[in-house]
Amino acid sequence: MAESAEKLKILICQGTGGLASGAAQVAEAFETEFEKQGVEASIGKRCAVIGTGCRGLCANDVLVDVCIPGKEAVTYDFVTPELVPQIVQDHILGEGPIEKKKAGPYYEKFLEKQQRIIFSRCGTIDAESLDEFLEHRGFEGIRKAVTMKPSEVIEEVKKSGLRGRGGGGFPTGMKWSFCAATPGESKYLICNADEGDPGAFMDRSILEGDPYGLIEGLMIGAYAIGCKFAYVYVRAEYPLAIKRLQMAIDTCYEKGFLGKNCLGLGFDLDMRIKAGAGAFVCGEETALMASIEGHRGMSRPRPPFPAVRGLWGKPTNINNVETFANVSYIFYNGADWFNAIGTEGTKGTKIFALTGKVKHTGLVEVPAGTTIKEVIYDVCGGIENNRKFKAVQAGGPSGGCLPSNAIETEVDYDSLIKAGAMMGSGGLVVMDETTCMVDIARFFLQFTRVESCGKCIPCRIGLKIMLEILERITEGKGQEGDIELLQDMAYDIKKSSLCGLGQTAPNPVLSTIRYFRDEYETHIKEGECPSHSCKPLLHFRVIEDKCKKCGLCPRVCPVDAIEWEKGKVAYIDLEKCTKCTSCYDACRFMAID
Amino acid sequence: MMELLTAEQLDKFTVQVAGLEHPRELIIDLLRSVQDNHGWVPDEGVALVAKILGLTPLEVEEVATFYDKIFRQPVGRYPIHICDSICCWSRGGDALATHLREHLGIDFGETTADGLFTLLPSCCLGACGRAPAIMVGQNTYGPLTTDDADRIVDALRQEAQG
Repeated sequence: MAESAEKLKILICQGTGGLASGAAQVAEAFETEFEKQGVEASIGKRCAVIGTGCRGLCANDVLVDVCIPGKEAVTYDFVTPELVPQIVQDHILGEGPIEKKKAGPYYEKFLEKQQRIIFSRCGTIDAESLDEFLEHRGFEGIRKAVTMKPSEVIEEVKKSGLRGRGGGGFPTGMKWSFCAATPGESKYLICNADEGDPGAFMDRSILEGDPYGLIEGLMIGAYAIGCKFAYVYVRAEYPLAIKRLQMAIDTCYEKGFLGKNCLGLGFDLDMRIKAGAGAFVCGEETALMASIEGHRGMSRPRPPFPAVRGLWGKPTNINNVETFANVSYIFYNGADWFNAIGTEGTKGTKIFALTGKVKHTGLVEVPAGTTIKEVIYDVCGGIENNRKFKAVQAGGPSGGCLPSNAIETEVDYDSLIKAGAMMGSGGLVVMDETTCMVDIARFFLQFTRVESCGKCIPCRIGLKIMLEILERITEGKGQEGDIELLQDMAYDIKKSSLCGLGQTAPNPVLSTIRYFRDEYETHIKEGECPSHSCKPLLHFRVIEDKCKKCGLCPRVCPVDAIEWEKGKVAYIDLEKCTKCTSCYDACRFMAID
Repeated sequence: MMELLTAEQLDKFTVQVAGLEHPRELIIDLLRSVQDNHGWVPDEGVALVAKILGLTPLEVEEVATFYDKIFRQPVGRYPIHICDSICCWSRGGDALATHLREHLGIDFGETTADGLFTLLPSCCLGACGRAPAIMVGQNTYGPLTTDDADRIVDALRQEAQG
């Protein structure tokens, strides 16, 4: 401890986001520079370059913290290997932080309204180090849990008010008690890390940034329910998460923290990763179990619920990654502490993934009760390019679109459902004025139709027919009565589908009709797209007051149909135009409609 | 590259199968291993997995064909997964996909003549904060302009030659 406290530390995000932006090269540059400049000798301290989990502000990667003992940590963003020698020279060896390169005031603002509990270890400690985990309260939770009876552990979780973070929001303690109450010697615990919802990546971040924390949550669950075996089902798209978690599990086995007599606390738990192979539907619990068993990942009717008949017919408890991560903290700090955070119906914090047309994309952890508006504007800096906000899609393909007059909605399971969306996995896709809401509904339905496993007819065929209707609307061939037909079908599909995928797939259509019915009507009655975004409805005219006369469009036109002179508005010759949309795609000012 | 499973892997899996109550649970692990070694899963791979697990080839086939990321057809040395989900789409994923198709001269599901690249659309890669994104092998790249994508392709080409 004493030694590490005196170390000079460089913290670098080594999550998927950081690595995609060259974090590995930045880390290497620091190592090289330290060596070259003989930094350790000149400042008389050991230097450590530490790969942490995600810091949240993915848009500004690579983020680097320079922590000099006795001084406040300084954060740099957009760090490249080229910048590293300057940081070492001027900041570490020289006079102090390079003000111009520091993360701007937006980083402070980004953190201000957040309450980073689940993420408290992500981005601050070495994600792969068991020692650092242990220094940061690691395994305190399970040590405390085993001093209680399993039933008391479940009571504690109930008292905390924790609800499932995977989307449905079922009370976690209650779920555990069902499985615990089912008779049977062998029971299974499953962690659902098949985070398929487009726009959500907080589970990946936890797996990559705090894998030991997840293992601890699973241990507590296994002890409470009486499971001897735990599976973590991770999707194939997350190779780094699989690698990190595997490393953490292996280390725990080596140390005797997993297996027989875990941590010497008198209970047994084996843990294994099951890697998926690319199927969205496997995030649904019954499909997920089928996939673990080695079958096609197709859902089955419930009841029987997994707590009664789950994996291989045995009682099984399934929770999401974020839920298990929460459990560890409940046992560090107590159920009362957890219960004090949040709203009446939703306790604790919730992690959101902000993506789409928002300035600072990334991961944000806020206490329940924060409004969506605060998350978008205060934490994430508002809309990109200062365009106008139009809607936010909350809860992925199962959720709904909320318009500007509904974004005062609080982050809370019940409030969101009332507004027509859902908490879902916590993805918030922000859309600006250039997005067509009918097209968004079509896009989501296209997604769910492709990912439908095909077992039940409402989902397999119903979604296909709904998609065809939406396609014809976006092509300007909509018919009178299409909106009502969509609503009818949506209702039937929701009622009659086998699993969560089909039951929620029509939600984006319903919520866009609810809030943006006028856009549907303009498409159908006038054959126009109000956002000028549906390509088949484009007129290929230049909007004079939007055209900045930049001369880009004539250069991309493959048939020379655009006339333009320097300083003049472009003109498209419709006789020659082949409607290829090259000019529309290229125009940065949305000046072609 | 051509071996389905190394002798070491075969031993490891055989031991594992013997110790498991439900050997069938290893089906995806086995298929993934075959694919890692061979690039894709040929009929012989399906037969081998079936033999190890005591299943019929048909039973293995029905699982192999269910999942997007088990390839039952030859793919290039570097399959490029382009995310086609909402976040990437809203940040220019479509244009990126169109560009890569033109640049490589192939459509989705096809492989370049030199056997290096296959283009595949993929469900969300979880790199939404860095959209638009692609994944090649174990690496995720983003956010990408068309020029960035070209540079990645060029670098992989060089890697293949060197």
